[in-house]
Amino acid sequence: MGKWEDNKAWFLVLPVFLLVAISAIIPLMTVVNYSVQDIFGPGDRIFVGTEWFEDMLSNRRLHDALWRQFLFSGLVLLIEIPLGVLIALAMPKRGWGVSVSLVLLALPLLIPWNVIGTIWIIFTRPDIGLLGVAINGLGFEFDHTSAPLDAWITVMLMEVWHWTPLVALLAYAGLRAIPEAYFQAARIDGASPWAVFRYIQLPKMRGVLTIAVLLRFMDSFLIYAEPFVLTGGGPGNSTTFLSIYLVKLSTAMDVGPAAAFSIIYFLIILLFSWLFYQALQNVGTGDRQ
Amino acid sequence: MRLQKRTVGLILYLGVMLLPIYWMLNMSLRTNADILGAFAFYPADPTFANYVKIFTEEAWYSGYINSTIYVSINTLISLSVALPAAYAFSRYRFLGDKHMFFWLLTNRMAPPAVFLLPFFQLYSTVGLIDTHIAVAISHCLFNVPLAVWILEGFMSGVPREIDETAYIDGYSFPRFFVSVFVPLIRAGIGVTAFFCFMFSWVELLLARTLTTTVAKPIAATMTRTVSATGLDWGLLAAAGILTIVPGALVIWFVRNYMAKGFALGRV
Repeated sequence: MGKWEDNKAWFLVLPVFLLVAISAIIPLMTVVNYSVQDIFGPGDRIFVGTEWFEDMLSNRRLHDALWRQFLFSGLVLLIEIPLGVLIALAMPKRGWGVSVSLVLLALPLLIPWNVIGTIWIIFTRPDIGLLGVAINGLGFEFDHTSAPLDAWITVMLMEVWHWTPLVALLAYAGLRAIPEAYFQAARIDGASPWAVFRYIQLPKMRGVLTIAVLLRFMDSFLIYAEPFVLTGGGPGNSTTFLSIYLVKLSTAMDVGPAAAFSIIYFLIILLFSWLFYQALQNVGTGDRQ
Repeated sequence: MRLQKRTVGLILYLGVMLLPIYWMLNMSLRTNADILGAFAFYPADPTFANYVKIFTEEAWYSGYINSTIYVSINTLISLSVALPAAYAFSRYRFLGDKHMFFWLLTNRMAPPAVFLLPFFQLYSTVGLIDTHIAVAISHCLFNVPLAVWILEGFMSGVPREIDETAYIDGYSFPRFFVSVFVPLIRAGIGVTAFFCFMFSWVELLLARTLTTTVAKPIAATMTRTVSATGLDWGLLAAAGILTIVPGALVIWFVRNYMAKGFALGRV
């Protein structure tokens, strides 16, 4: 059954459109403006065309940061989405357990991002932090300030700890929105738990999971405060993700290259979000047929 | 047996998840010298000095009040504009609907630093710098698109026959929307309210740029105190523990909406 065709629906969308457009279009104009100019001072600027873009596209360190970023965001999605769905499935459906697990799950999400990094600095210190002491107690040398792999593991752990609850909360709300009748029908048919998951729960969660995947992709691709506070992008450049590099760049150089970089950055996120979105939409229609 | 295994897994996960938060609590009850001096599973000599400082110094507690004000305004604005828009996206086909829907989300895709300077200039021009409303409106940039997307997902889960039946029964659109439709998607509204609250609460860059003293958020208070006095870990941890409290209250209030789910028998 198709949707109703009616352009009057625009009136319902108009407040959102105006509110967001005002906030979005002015910054966009500014950035585009900077990205094609070389600015020496107020009123002293020359048009440089695509020079900054060419600079950025051939920048080796940017390529390194980009691959690092893809690896990071890929791992984030591969770990957090399945883990979040598992948690949502394991959560109780009624009783006091619901309230307790919902509130506990939300706790990591509510800490300001810079504070998360700071707390994890102490938490992972080998001498006075719980995690650092525990890992070293097990006999592993673990120090995220000197070993790149340890730094990666720490940042991944922090990221999974921080954001998996978001996926779990979304998935749980999606699960709770499935009418009980579906499960009754499945019970009468004698469906296995796996069949219930595959043919009822998973398709019904498509909407919330689309949001979860897109949100986690975008936000992990833009991640800044937590790894910056925890590792400062090091050791070396091993945890210098794209946004950390962008900030380094904009403080070390002109606004021109940084603006060009911001636009490239945005286009990459746009492209991949679009691909994820299309893929997830099509998975859904395939199920329906 | 199966159910129990699940529960054990969940309890294990939640237990591990709480460890960093426990560590923050542990730090908040100790003095700075004690934290940096030795490893301790629990505070041997717990002190509430850090909390007392936050509750008695205006620079500290006003941060919580400011954050709470602009976050609440933001959540209200986001929900009230996003509800009708999400309904339009889930029920109607109109000119540019798909592009518009995806365009909304693109506003979350730019590096936040991009918005700082233009926003500062924009809000200075209209004289809204250092007001709660400026931060609330600027946070709409990422919260409104999110609210529309989440709500649209929940609304599309409601069969369209419900709308049709209501219109045939003579409901006007506003009356149908408020008395029939909104109760049906309570779960979605609860989740959306929580997410708007959460993302606005933890956002630091925009909030810090748009405020100086009157509306300064708690996250900014925390960084500034840190840079001024070196790191006072205990105080920072106590402030961190207190930043969790308002959001935990919000999810406590919406938990029933999330848990009750779909009530089809209502119509």
